[in-house]
Amino acid sequence: MMLEIDNLEVAYGAVRAVKGISLNVAQGKIVTMIGANGAGKSSTLRAISGITRTSGGRIRFDGRDITTMPAHKIVALGISQAPEGRMIFANLTARENLAMGAYLRRDTEGIEKDMDYVFAMFPKLKDRIDQPGGKLSGGEQQMLAIARALLARPRLLLLDEPSLGIAPILVRTIFEKIVEINRELGTTILLVEQNARMALSIADYAYVLETGEVRLHGNAAEIASDDEIRKAYLGER
Amino acid sequence: MSELLQQIINGISMGSIYALIALGYTMVYGILRFINFAHGDVFMVGAFVGYFVAPIVAPVVGGSGLAAAVLVMMISMLACALLGVTIEKLAYRPLRSRPKLTALITAIGVSLFLEYGGQLVFGPDPKPFPALIPSTMIVNSKFLVLSSNSLVVIGTALLLMVLLRHIIFRTRMGTAMRAVSYDHRAASLMGINIDSVISFTFALGSGLAAAAAILYASVYPSINPLMGLFPGLKAFVAAVLGGIGNLYGAVIGGMIIGLLETLVTGYISPIYRDAISFAVLILILLFRPAGILGRHETEKV
Ligand SMILES: Nc1ncnc2c1ncn2[C@@H]1O[C@H](COP(=O)(O)OP(=O)(O)O)[C@@H](O)[C@H]1O
Ligand SMILES: [Mg+2]
Repeated sequence: MMLEIDNLEVAYGAVRAVKGISLNVAQGKIVTMIGANGAGKSSTLRAISGITRTSGGRIRFDGRDITTMPAHKIVALGISQAPEGRMIFANLTARENLAMGAYLRRDTEGIEKDMDYVFAMFPKLKDRIDQPGGKLSGGEQQMLAIARALLARPRLLLLDEPSLGIAPILVRTIFEKIVEINRELGTTILLVEQNARMALSIADYAYVLETGEVRLHGNAAEIASDDEIRKAYLGER
Repeated sequence: MSELLQQIINGISMGSIYALIALGYTMVYGILRFINFAHGDVFMVGAFVGYFVAPIVAPVVGGSGLAAAVLVMMISMLACALLGVTIEKLAYRPLRSRPKLTALITAIGVSLFLEYGGQLVFGPDPKPFPALIPSTMIVNSKFLVLSSNSLVVIGTALLLMVLLRHIIFRTRMGTAMRAVSYDHRAASLMGINIDSVISFTFALGSGLAAAAAILYASVYPSINPLMGLFPGLKAFVAAVLGGIGNLYGAVIGGMIIGLLETLVTGYISPIYRDAISFAVLILILLFRPAGILGRHETEKV
């Protein structure tokens, strides 16, 4: 397993956001975490990236314990994230935001190539490249956040609700791009989504979270056809 | 008229020294939202490093004015950069997750430590700062006295500011500084080591304070362990006036304070020389707390 999470716990003061989640991500796969608002999905991603302190459990990447590793070292190991709320540097241009994504890389040519790759993927970004990140629209910021995470050349890409705040016509595009990243670059992806239907349609494996716990997990197709899931998350009756 | 010109040149010269110090306050504030009250004392140490290093350096480079001056300034900048980094590491870093007030009180403690430590080590009485560059009169008439000194001060400060702007807006580390100043967490998600960026910021700011000290001491060639107090406070006012966290604001604020101070001294009375900065501080805090270029927590470095 590329990523192994055992009994992860995250708490904010008295609020127990994650209460012993165990989750695995195999190399080359798209794994999705779905669940209602407040289920603990973002907390889990933040714990993996090391920007939230864990209060219990273990996180291993390539068999190596990264539970208490500082965030910047986790990036160096090959995990990058397009976080909830996008976290674009509003005071930096789009180009500088991308450059920060590639902060740890020294291969100037490789970075140039990857810039071209993300421009081909999100042509709109190219037009906005010298604008301050804060001036970009929500959709553009989302693309920038994904592109920026890609510029780290991660082996594991964490995506936190990439479809949030995106115009409905763009949502499909974003999901197509996620599949493209996985297929073309071979990047393993852990995808958090509110849009469960979309997420399940592109994922190999799925975890359903409920109030900080894994309620159910299995092949995405199985989860998608589970009666209760269809009622609770896919809006079917 | 020519007296006014004279005052303005002196004001800009003083102002560029304040601006160099103010940049240190503003950069550290931009990254940590914290006022490093020991900054003025780092400035003082810069002057003393120059004082002790100059007699050693001058014979080595053949005593020629410019080479010796540049070398003395660089050594002093380097020494203070190291001092700044050390202060941050030992005094501020362990308190980073504590309330801001804790760090602020610690900064005042560090300031007192340097001031009284300075008196202990260097002795409390003033020492004559060597004339690194012999000041020549460029114009010396009844109307205008223009020494090379003020031009050297303005020129050096300008050069350092251009260099700083290049570092902050054109280099990888500078971009990382701006990223960290916007959002520590987001920056660490990029793989940026926040601690290194903070160290680098302290090194830059303290280096600039040392350069300011060498320039200051060549204008007022008498140095003592408490000499950092007023320039430090005035540069702090300059940073607040310009909009703390904003680099251009620090320069503009420094110039305004320098000019005001010189004009007040020349046209009203020297008694108000130090008081004017504090009057300015009270006025900004009352009427425009964000400062001239401040935009309430946006785009800070
Ligand atoms: N920074 C925080 N401080 C306090 N509580 C938080 C914080 N972040 C999240 N929470 C709480 O933790 C729980 C899980 O939140 P989160 O991980 O964001 O869930 P999800 O991403 O699934 O919506 C929620 O109850 C939320 O209110
Ligand atoms: Mg969330």
